Order: sequence, then structure tokens, then C-alpha cells
Amino acid sequence: MNAPTPPVKKLRVATTSLAGCFGCHMSFLDIDERIITLLDLIEFDRSPLTDIKHCGPCDLGIIEGGLCNAENVHVLREFRRNCKFLVAMGACAINGGLPAQRNHLDLRDVLEEVYQTEVGLSHGGIPNDPELPLPLNEVHPIHEVVKVDYFLPGCPPPADAIWKLLTDLLAGRTPSLGHGLMHYD
Amino acid sequence: MKTSDNEVSAQANAREARVKADRPAEAKTSDNEVSAQANAREARVKADRPAEAKETPTFLLDGEEISFTPGQTIIQAATAHGVYIPHLCWHPEFKAHGSCKMCTVKVNGRFGSSCTMAAQAGMTVENRTTELDDKRRTLLQMYFVEGNHFCPSCEKSGNCSLQATAYELKMVSPHFDMFYPDRAVDASHPDILLDFNRCIMCSLCVTASREVDGKNVFSMGGRGLLGRRIHISSESGKLADTDFAATDRAASICPVGVILPKRKGFAIPIGERKYDKLPINRQVTEVTP
Repeated sequence: MNAPTPPVKKLRVATTSLAGCFGCHMSFLDIDERIITLLDLIEFDRSPLTDIKHCGPCDLGIIEGGLCNAENVHVLREFRRNCKFLVAMGACAINGGLPAQRNHLDLRDVLEEVYQTEVGLSHGGIPNDPELPLPLNEVHPIHEVVKVDYFLPGCPPPADAIWKLLTDLLAGRTPSLGHGLMHYD
Repeated sequence: MKTSDNEVSAQANAREARVKADRPAEAKTSDNEVSAQANAREARVKADRPAEAKETPTFLLDGEEISFTPGQTIIQAATAHGVYIPHLCWHPEFKAHGSCKMCTVKVNGRFGSSCTMAAQAGMTVENRTTELDDKRRTLLQMYFVEGNHFCPSCEKSGNCSLQATAYELKMVSPHFDMFYPDRAVDASHPDILLDFNRCIMCSLCVTASREVDGKNVFSMGGRGLLGRRIHISSESGKLADTDFAATDRAASICPVGVILPKRKGFAIPIGERKYDKLPINRQVTEVTP
């Protein structure tokens, strides 16, 4: 190896989107060319960006989205087991967000409307394949199931807020968002 | 924006004036220490007996001297000086309700609501301490979990006092388990929408309707966390069956996104709204909303 000096050990980062829309991941990519700087400092484990299916031991886990089905809970627990620090990224992970708006409706009514009664759909019946994870009665934020170390509000959080959180953590600081970076909308 | 800029400079002027007022005392000490000490003693004696004191009485707010006119509450005096005390149910136009507890301060070491407590000469008031802000953040988290505060879909986002206060106190998560209570939306009125998912029971609409509009459209009723709610004073319980009008003071008083005008959604885009531009602690003397 001709590398002049061995680089600092890269932090291993896993990310996932549970009951989310991938909007937070898109916002993450909005850090634009800063991602090149970032890749000198971190490497990705399980993430939609790598397509690795299961999470190994990581320094940081970033969760987008809340919990709307059994698989979400399973993945969240896998992240918590493997990640030293867990970040709830975006409104859905923090308070359930848009998917949680169904909490005021009966789950069976929702499924029937979507798969059976709604005009223009195939009326194929509610999917019942054993491969499909069962939906939860209510959508819940992730801090109700596992311990979450840091929260990054926003729908989505601005790229600058995600950058601030990551650079704060990489520098060993407690992440802190000032005015303009802290948004719930 | 102009108003807020003026206020910022007014705040700066007030602070400067206070600093200047401190300087002559220092100068005196160097000129003639003995007489200065005597003066200081006299001043202290005067401060102990505010009724006899002729000069404007003052108290200490986070170490800053705040003058007040007798009869003013702590939050009124602070606001007049441009100093921010977090609050939700207090509004400068109305008598204090004292229910939200967000404006709790420590007066001479004891907790008290700054919106109901009269300012007294010589009192020492703690406001933005870590201890108090931690308690305020916990209160905010309780407000957020007991209602349905889904900011991304709310027209009030960016102009909302609850949200701006939560930003100011750096509330990044609701911390507690969510309640997701079932609350009604009343879209019966032709000009006004009521979305009770966002209600924080500040009662400002009740007061404004009674005292300014003389209509008594709203009242508070029910018991328990989920039973207690704002009631509409009509046979049907619908806003359309009251004499409520979009021009009422109560129609514009709501600090959160319950009482909203119809057909005016997103006239100002998200990101360019009141608290997007400046944090709430920099817009103290601006009457909201």
C-alpha cells in the first residue's frame, strides 16, 4: 500500500426509511458535493444508498420514518442493537408524521377503502400474503419503542441541518441546531 | 419587518441607557469615595422602601435591571423592555389567564407565573435559566403529545406561537408517548375553519369574543385531559350557527392553528413567515397575533 498516512478510522453509518417517504434521504443527498468530504470521514453500512440488507455493527444509525408495520419495528430493533448512536431523522420518526394521520381511522376501514370499495381500484381484496408484514393498528414514532439518542426535526430536515448534525457528531460535539435549521415543517 | 427592526434598536437603546445610568455612580466613587458610599447607602435604603421612593422602581430580571410602573406584572415590565419571557396563554391586550405555566419564573427563589405576579421593587427574578427552560421544554412536550400538532400540514406553521416557543426552547422531540386524541374539525362556517386538533386551551378566543366582540361565541368546558375542550355557543355546537364573523377579534387571536380564515392558505410561503425570519425572542414587543 502506497498510502502516505493511514486515514483516521471511518465512522460506520447505517440509514433506513421505515414509514417514511424517502424525503429525508433526498434532503440528505441535498448536501450536494459535501458528500465527497463526508465519504472521507464515514462509510455506509445498511442503507438505501448501498442496498446492504442487514445492519452490522455501526457507530451511527439514522432512521427516517415512524412505525406502521411489524417489519418497521423489527428493522428499528436491528438498528438499535447494532448502532452506538441512533438518530431520529424527520417528522415521521419523531412524532409519526403523515402516516400517523390514519390513527384516527379504523385500520380495517382504511384497508377496505383502499383495496375494495374505492372507485377505480381492482377490488382484489385486502392483501393477505404471509410475506407481507402486518400493519400496526396505529403509527407510532420510534422513541416509543427504542431509546433514541438524537433528534433531527423537519419535514424534511434541511440539508444544512443534516450536515450540521453529522459534522457535530464527527467532531465529538453534542448536535445543536440554531434558528433557521430547526423546523417542524 | 420594519417594526421589529425598530424594536431591536429600541431594545439596544434601552440597554445603552441602562449602562450609562450605571456609569456616573462609578465615576463618583473615584471622585469622592466617602460621599459616594453614603449615596449608595441612601439608594439602597430607598430601594427597600419602594412606596417612598420617588424614582421609577426596578427589579432584577436575570441580572438586568428592569424599571416598571406600579401595577405592572413581571411579564408586562419585561415585555416593555424587550426582554422575552416564554409564554403561550398571555396576550398583552388581555387580562392574564395564568393557565399555560410557560411564563413561570423564579421570584426570590420561588416559582411564580410572571403574567399574574405584580412586579415589586427590589425583587430578583430568574427567567432564562437552564432549570426553568428545562421545565418549560417539558411543558411544551406535554402540549405537543396531548394534541395533534402536525406542523407539515398546518397553515399556521411559521406563524405559530407554540411552534416558535418550541424552537426557542430547542425542543427536538416530543419525548413522551403520543396521545393522538380524536378531535373534531368544524368547517361549517363560510369564512372560518376550526381545527381543534391544534388547540392548547389558552382561552384567548373565549376572552376576545367576550370582551372585544361582545359575542360569547366560545367557552371552555368538559373534564379530563381529553374531555376538556372549547365549546361553541350554539344549539348545534357548530360555528355556522353563531353570529361569529371573520372580522371578529377572536378570529385572529388564536396563537396556534385552530381558528383559520378559509381560502387564504399559504399566501405567504413556508420559510418566509414571521418566525422563519426571526426567532420569537427577537420579536418581543410585537403584539401576536
